[in-house]
Amino acid sequence: MSDVADRVRKIVVEHLGVEEEKVTENASFIDDLGADSLDTVELVMAFEEEFGIEIPDDAAETIQTFGDAVKFISEAQ
Amino acid sequence: MRRVVVTGLGLVTPLADGVEETWKRLLAGQSGAGTITQFDASQLATDYACEVKRGDGSDGTFNPDKYMEPKDQRKVDDFILFGIAAAQQAVEDSGWVPQTEKDRARTGVLIGSGIGGLKSIEQTTLLIKEKGPRRVSPFFIPGALINLISGQVSIRYGFKGPNHSVVTACSTGAHALGDAARLIKYGNADVMVAGGAEAAVCEIGIAGFNACKALSTKHKAEPQKASRPYDADRDGFVMGEGAGIVVLEELEHAKARGAKIYAEVLGYGLSGDAYHITAPNEDGDGAERAMRMALSDAGLAPADIDYINAHGTSTMADVIELGAVERLMGNAASKVTMSSTKSMTGHLLGAAGAIESIFAILALRDQVCPPTINLDTPAVDTMVDLAPNQARHREVKVVVNNSFGFGGTNASLVLGLAS
Repeated sequence: MSDVADRVRKIVVEHLGVEEEKVTENASFIDDLGADSLDTVELVMAFEEEFGIEIPDDAAETIQTFGDAVKFISEAQ
Repeated sequence: MRRVVVTGLGLVTPLADGVEETWKRLLAGQSGAGTITQFDASQLATDYACEVKRGDGSDGTFNPDKYMEPKDQRKVDDFILFGIAAAQQAVEDSGWVPQTEKDRARTGVLIGSGIGGLKSIEQTTLLIKEKGPRRVSPFFIPGALINLISGQVSIRYGFKGPNHSVVTACSTGAHALGDAARLIKYGNADVMVAGGAEAAVCEIGIAGFNACKALSTKHKAEPQKASRPYDADRDGFVMGEGAGIVVLEELEHAKARGAKIYAEVLGYGLSGDAYHITAPNEDGDGAERAMRMALSDAGLAPADIDYINAHGTSTMADVIELGAVERLMGNAASKVTMSSTKSMTGHLLGAAGAIESIFAILALRDQVCPPTINLDTPAVDTMVDLAPNQARHREVKVVVNNSFGFGGTNASLVLGLAS
């Protein structure tokens, strides 16, 4: 597992209060991990902070699963 | 005429988390004051306050995990956290669990705050300055809005009745209880969760009240001596934080489900000073009219009052309220006990009227009035028993709670044992 995935998983676990095992590749933040729309905004902000990147709003809307987040961040770095 | 009774109580105070633990310490005359721990206050004119003691829940400490998941705690300001905690206690104490959609629609929430999310506003402002506006949390606004305790409590329990909030500075808690009782009397709801919460012990909170010359500043060496209502050496109020929430219920509704009934809300009075933004009018007329209206609403005479939980903030205004009580009571002033529990809890601003109404209700239950501590040298002579430094065991059938706020807003509640 890549360093990016580990760091993203840590943020997701911390912000959504979910078990680490549930944060799988295809886990949807809203459908599977109990996030609401405000939680997802906060998650994206936490990713920006952690990785020192900027995620524009239109890109943020495409980040719906853990896998989406890891892929976007890996490419953005 | 629909009658309103109190069927549940909840408290988070600087003395303790929980109603019974707070009450025990209050009757023992303990102070909740100490040097401020939440931030470095050493540069401020006042470096002490009555803070809620956080811990693992033992020895009366407040453990937020009992009331909210850790991941959700950081989405709300402390005033909301305290409000949710006290509401949970009150709802559980009442045993009210609406089973039908109609029951849920007849259960409302009316919880206020004097200032709201001041700590969050302070921290978010600093964050914007340091990191820019993109770093502002999506939970900042819903975590700081005053009516969001009412919102959060309704969501948690499915209470779909009137959802309302009060903001009247230091009268908030008393107005919340009075207004909620009116909603039940008027028929808008059968059950209301009502009260106030506050958490303004932060740098701009203390500095702001310091600037108004409202806070005590002379007791850095002995903070527990700082809140001393009616004493000649008082020099301002000591800020407190926490929440007080009650469950109010229509009498027949409470009886039908066999609920424990603490007290009846007998009367409610409101008035305005129309005088000054921070100072009460020295004639005490506003306070007197609020009490008279509440007594008239209750159909009682001044001589019927046994105990008054005073506004008594440990400022110059203490004697204005005392004068109003003396005029109201006339010769009966020698038979009433009036204490200021702010001597122990500090001034919880928007939560004050709610926690102090709960203390007055407990005085009815246990037939004992909590003391006014640090009252060593009374500033004035009075016939009124101020219960100096010792709880007063006596007959208590009718109690009054007074609350007065910046802007010249006054509220009085009359409560009694439900007959």
